[in-house]
Amino acid sequence: MELGKFKLGGTQLKQSDIDRGKVLTLAQTPDLEYAWDDGVAIGRYLEELKNGKIIARKCNKCGRIMIPPRMFCELCWRATDEWVYCKDTGTVNTYSLCHVNWDASRIPEGEPLHLPALIHIDGASPGMGILHVLGEVDPDRIKIGMKVKAVWKKPGEREGSITDIMHFKPLRAARKKSKKKKSGGR
Amino acid sequence: MIGKVAITGLGYTEFSAGSPGTSFRELTYEAAAKAYNEVGIEPKDIDTFVCTSEDFCEGYSISDEYCNDQLGAVLKPVQTIPGDAIHSLAVGTMLVLTGQFDIVAVQALSKLSNMKTIPNMVNFAFDPILNRPLDEHYSYVSGLAMNRFLHDGKATREQCARVVVKNRANALQNPVAAYAADLTLDNVLDSEPVSEPVRLLDLAQVADGAIVFVICSEQTARSLTDNPIWVKGVGWSTDSPSLESRDWGNAVSTRLAGDMAYKMAGIKYPAREIDLAEVTDEVSFKELEYIEALRLFEPGRAGLALEDGRTTRGGDLPVNVSGGDLGVGHLFEAAGAQKLMEIVLQLRGTAGSRQIANAHTGLAQAWRGEPTTSAAVAILSNK
Ligand SMILES: [Zn+2]
Repeated sequence: MELGKFKLGGTQLKQSDIDRGKVLTLAQTPDLEYAWDDGVAIGRYLEELKNGKIIARKCNKCGRIMIPPRMFCELCWRATDEWVYCKDTGTVNTYSLCHVNWDASRIPEGEPLHLPALIHIDGASPGMGILHVLGEVDPDRIKIGMKVKAVWKKPGEREGSITDIMHFKPLRAARKKSKKKKSGGR
Repeated sequence: MIGKVAITGLGYTEFSAGSPGTSFRELTYEAAAKAYNEVGIEPKDIDTFVCTSEDFCEGYSISDEYCNDQLGAVLKPVQTIPGDAIHSLAVGTMLVLTGQFDIVAVQALSKLSNMKTIPNMVNFAFDPILNRPLDEHYSYVSGLAMNRFLHDGKATREQCARVVVKNRANALQNPVAAYAADLTLDNVLDSEPVSEPVRLLDLAQVADGAIVFVICSEQTARSLTDNPIWVKGVGWSTDSPSLESRDWGNAVSTRLAGDMAYKMAGIKYPAREIDLAEVTDEVSFKELEYIEALRLFEPGRAGLALEDGRTTRGGDLPVNVSGGDLGVGHLFEAAGAQKLMEIVLQLRGTAGSRQIANAHTGLAQAWRGEPTTSAAVAILSNK
């Protein structure tokens, strides 16, 4: 924040005051480790990602084909019925151009932006998809409704994780042709 | 209590040291489906939901946001209590008593096998400036409390060990208990010292499991089931968090929570009116401390009552027939739900081989564990 340009009242507390111990604080970092059980539905989902496939779970009552899959339909309140493979293509439902990293540090000028997007997967019910990132795309040319396809890691490099898909890239057009100043993808 | 509130539906999973292959959602779904099926209802019939969760236990900040799918509570009024499940029952009871909610689901879950650094997590519950820098394993607080308890002549070391033998043997009759065992006093007294006088077998071990209750108004309860279990009274209390100045020899918050629940339930002579109790035995001596604080036995008599067999399954006031935290497993925020569950099963007369004869009124008490001083109590009855 550029507070220097405002006239502020009182005595300002500076970082150097804290660094020199003029303000008494006590810093600690929690050491917390978790290993969450994936369960039946998400376990199978991750296993199929390792195979390079996207799998959904279908509820025969409401007919929804759900990604991420779940063993129970949260709307019908019943066990879901069957596994259904979906395509690895889809449509951008919404996206954002992120100039900051997860810890709020800024991406240096000229470096690729983060391009998180919600992608509706072909074969799943409307509203069902994958939260992922876009790549191989010019950020200025991303459009809601754009058709995209998963770009997978090589089979030997996949580990049963959502990051077995590196990113989704445009099926056509909008593809990055030349290296621009603000190019997307990592 | 103005108007009556009943526990009508109960669903639970088995309790186990781990539950690999099952997600926390799938665990809760199993318990919820069983609870709703028992009384033939669906989520659409439920007016509001009360969940129990603690972010650090679940490994999610704002873990309450993750409670609803598996309960059928999507787009429904939901709230989460970051306390014990008996606190959640108290909230659910009050919701029914407002007259605005007829059917309420109350949920509790432990998936603590997924938390890999429990000592660090519990250490994070201590005062960061005054206590944490000492870098002790949290069981030292139990060591301090137990030493004071023994010094004050409340019970003997052997009597504390006897609690472990009794409760883990009780768990042998509980098909969903995780830590049933046939132990001897010497097994406990000779087990590895942890924070003396606390030894390894004095401590309950972590378990996973989910429990869901359906509670409702009197009129609806009678239409849903032939064996409603009435919530006669609830109470809760918390002492100062200060480790430096709390009352080490006395479980004051449990005493006050119990008195609050007794008053609501119209109970004047707890020792005579309570048929069975499920109380925290996360550390062996706590059972003796709590049954005394709850006025179920005279001061200094709890250990003798145990020796005389009065708190065993065949005694006149059985305590922790389920196996307690020691036998069933330490369920953190879900601990109170397991205690309520046992009382419900006993009062329904469906506790199988561990059924107590002629049980009409039961007490469930839970403490939130080290280093807290929070306690909650519920009095349930089948009359
Ligand atoms: Zn459905």
